[in-house]
Amino acid sequence: MLISIGHVTRYTYGLPAACSVHTLRLTPPSFEGQRVLSWRVEMPEIAGAVQYRDAFGNVSHLVSIPRSYDEISIIARGVVETKDKSGLVRGLMEAAPVRIFLRETPKTAPDSNIRALVADVAQADPIDRMHDLMRLVGERVEYAVGTTTASTSAAEALRTGRGVCQDHAHVFISAARLMGFPARYVSGYFLTGDILGSEAQHAWAEVYINGLGWLGFDPANQICPTESYIRLGCGLDSLSAAPITGNRTGGGNENLDVFVEVQQQSSAQQQ
Amino acid sequence: MYGSGEGVRPPYHAVAEWLGTQALGDLRQKLADAETMFRRTGITFAVYGSEDTSERLIPFDIIPRIISAAEWRKLAAGIEQRVRALNAFMFDIYHRQEIIRAGKVPEELIVSNSAFVPEMMGVSVPLGIYSHIIGIDIVRTGESDFFVLEDNTRTPSGVSYMLENRETMMHMFPDLFARNRVAPVENYPENLLKTLESVAPTGLKGEPTIALLTPGQFNSAYYEHSFLADQMGVELVEGRDLAVIDGYLQMKTTQGPRRIDVLYRRIDDDFLDPLVFRSDSVLGVPGLFDLYRAGRVTIVNAPGGGIADDKAIYSYIPEIIKFYTGRAPILQNVPTYNCRKADDLKYVLEHLPELVVKEVHGSGGYGMLVGPTASSSEIEAFRAKLTANPSNYIAQPTLALSTSPTMVEAGVAPRHLDLRPFVLVGDEVRMTAGGLTRVAMRAGSLVVNSSQGGGTKDTWVLQD
Repeated sequence: MLISIGHVTRYTYGLPAACSVHTLRLTPPSFEGQRVLSWRVEMPEIAGAVQYRDAFGNVSHLVSIPRSYDEISIIARGVVETKDKSGLVRGLMEAAPVRIFLRETPKTAPDSNIRALVADVAQADPIDRMHDLMRLVGERVEYAVGTTTASTSAAEALRTGRGVCQDHAHVFISAARLMGFPARYVSGYFLTGDILGSEAQHAWAEVYINGLGWLGFDPANQICPTESYIRLGCGLDSLSAAPITGNRTGGGNENLDVFVEVQQQSSAQQQ
Repeated sequence: MYGSGEGVRPPYHAVAEWLGTQALGDLRQKLADAETMFRRTGITFAVYGSEDTSERLIPFDIIPRIISAAEWRKLAAGIEQRVRALNAFMFDIYHRQEIIRAGKVPEELIVSNSAFVPEMMGVSVPLGIYSHIIGIDIVRTGESDFFVLEDNTRTPSGVSYMLENRETMMHMFPDLFARNRVAPVENYPENLLKTLESVAPTGLKGEPTIALLTPGQFNSAYYEHSFLADQMGVELVEGRDLAVIDGYLQMKTTQGPRRIDVLYRRIDDDFLDPLVFRSDSVLGVPGLFDLYRAGRVTIVNAPGGGIADDKAIYSYIPEIIKFYTGRAPILQNVPTYNCRKADDLKYVLEHLPELVVKEVHGSGGYGMLVGPTASSSEIEAFRAKLTANPSNYIAQPTLALSTSPTMVEAGVAPRHLDLRPFVLVGDEVRMTAGGLTRVAMRAGSLVVNSSQGGGTKDTWVLQD
């Protein structure tokens, strides 16, 4: 499937930001299920960006803006061809040994509720166990926008029983690691069809199954990623996989607008 | 000073003879003079967690600690083997992790360890070196029995005391140096500079620019930071003096930005870069870690070096040395009980009054139990902590540390001591003969940390 993506992040400030640095993990990789046909990241000073691969293999840009401004837009856009691989992620340039993804982080630290969730997972086969875990996470964390924030942890989301895709992924990852499966957080885009809005910016999880490799699970949609998924980057949790992080001096009264457009293209539209 | 037999051990002959001719009153006067000198130079040390937060002098003892040339040769060979193995271990841990695959170190001890920094995975560090400045704490329990107590691979401090102690001694007792051939230590700053220059980013043209990053004047080791920067002739900077500009780390100066190639940082990993580590840190530089990863700047020591001096890893060091060097360790470890292991925990709980128990991530002598000198209520309080969180502790037998004559209230008396040689690892391993001798000033005490009232001595390595 050919998918075009436009992702605009706009910050405006009541009081000007004096200078800033930004880390962008906004460049999707090519692998068996995904081929990047064209991609551009635009923002002021991007020409002088330092490009590198981070610890988890993500192509990253470090951009510094050494002057004051009161508005800034970060734009990522391009065309990606996807194939349905039933969630299997192969042919990716892997940077870190798989076992690194067993590491607990503050966002994925398990508590008694997550332990109880793990105890409820039936099934014996590893893949069946992960499907059962995905079902349980979907049942116990109701999709509800605005009930959690970017800093909500897996344990908090499960305790309140509400959250968004980031929270579903964290709970799933925390439980999978507890069960001994290396698991990682994946950021990306999702072709929602009729539904519009920032939900097109998405997050899910990948689990390493011995003998098979990395397999994606999207507890928010209760499926393994299909050709409607565009994979951007991964990390131990939402922090280390964050598409955009930054640090600035000044810049009071920040206002953030995110606009994501993910559309299927017919091959004739391809340039 | 004394061996197992009757007499004074040979390395101490000259000093013992000299000591015999000195009147106690004269020695006291010299000690007072030395303190005046230190106060004038401004060598002080801030103690954390004490009621009196004012800076104070670390007690200095005027009687040197002496090591023979032959003893030092053996120590130096063991230290060099150890620092090479520790660096090979860090490279492996942050790349393919062969040592885990080989089953020599348990997986969870690395990936679940808070001292392991996953962001360091795959960074190509110049010359493959992570810990360029290492302080190895060594104790002696017999004439030829040296043990490594701790490897300090993060940001070891104390080297300025080694240098100042020597300068003070030479000033006060020139005749003693005339009668003994003592290996020099004053080349340390020059060797440190050579080491820092040798690990400049790959492909850099021209002379690298070096800066020393300090948390600022309220840090306990600020004196040392300014002293070393001054001795090396490099800039002393704080995080606010630095920024990422045009894709490089730059120092803001009145003449405009100036690029920094090697950053000798004396702030902890957590504070280096708010984008990657603690987001509330104002001591570091936003974007610094990304630049490091991209090979635009070298951070000395590398972040994540704590994995090599972690106390839970310590008991695996002999295995680590064998794995990377193919040889048996020259210097031995102190036998260590890992309380995370059920058998070890059982033994430790049954033998608390005989053991020294330490927190896995502790340092500076805080949060430890010295069984033989602890009261029974202290032991019981520690037992509760240990039972609640066993994997947070290791235990070691109480060692009969060597002593050296030391000036105390009552006169000259034996006090326990250890030794921290400072080793530099760059294009070659550079070592200053001797190191910092720390001495427990209280009779019978085994705790030499300056934060716990320990003092220092000049350390003499005699030349053949």
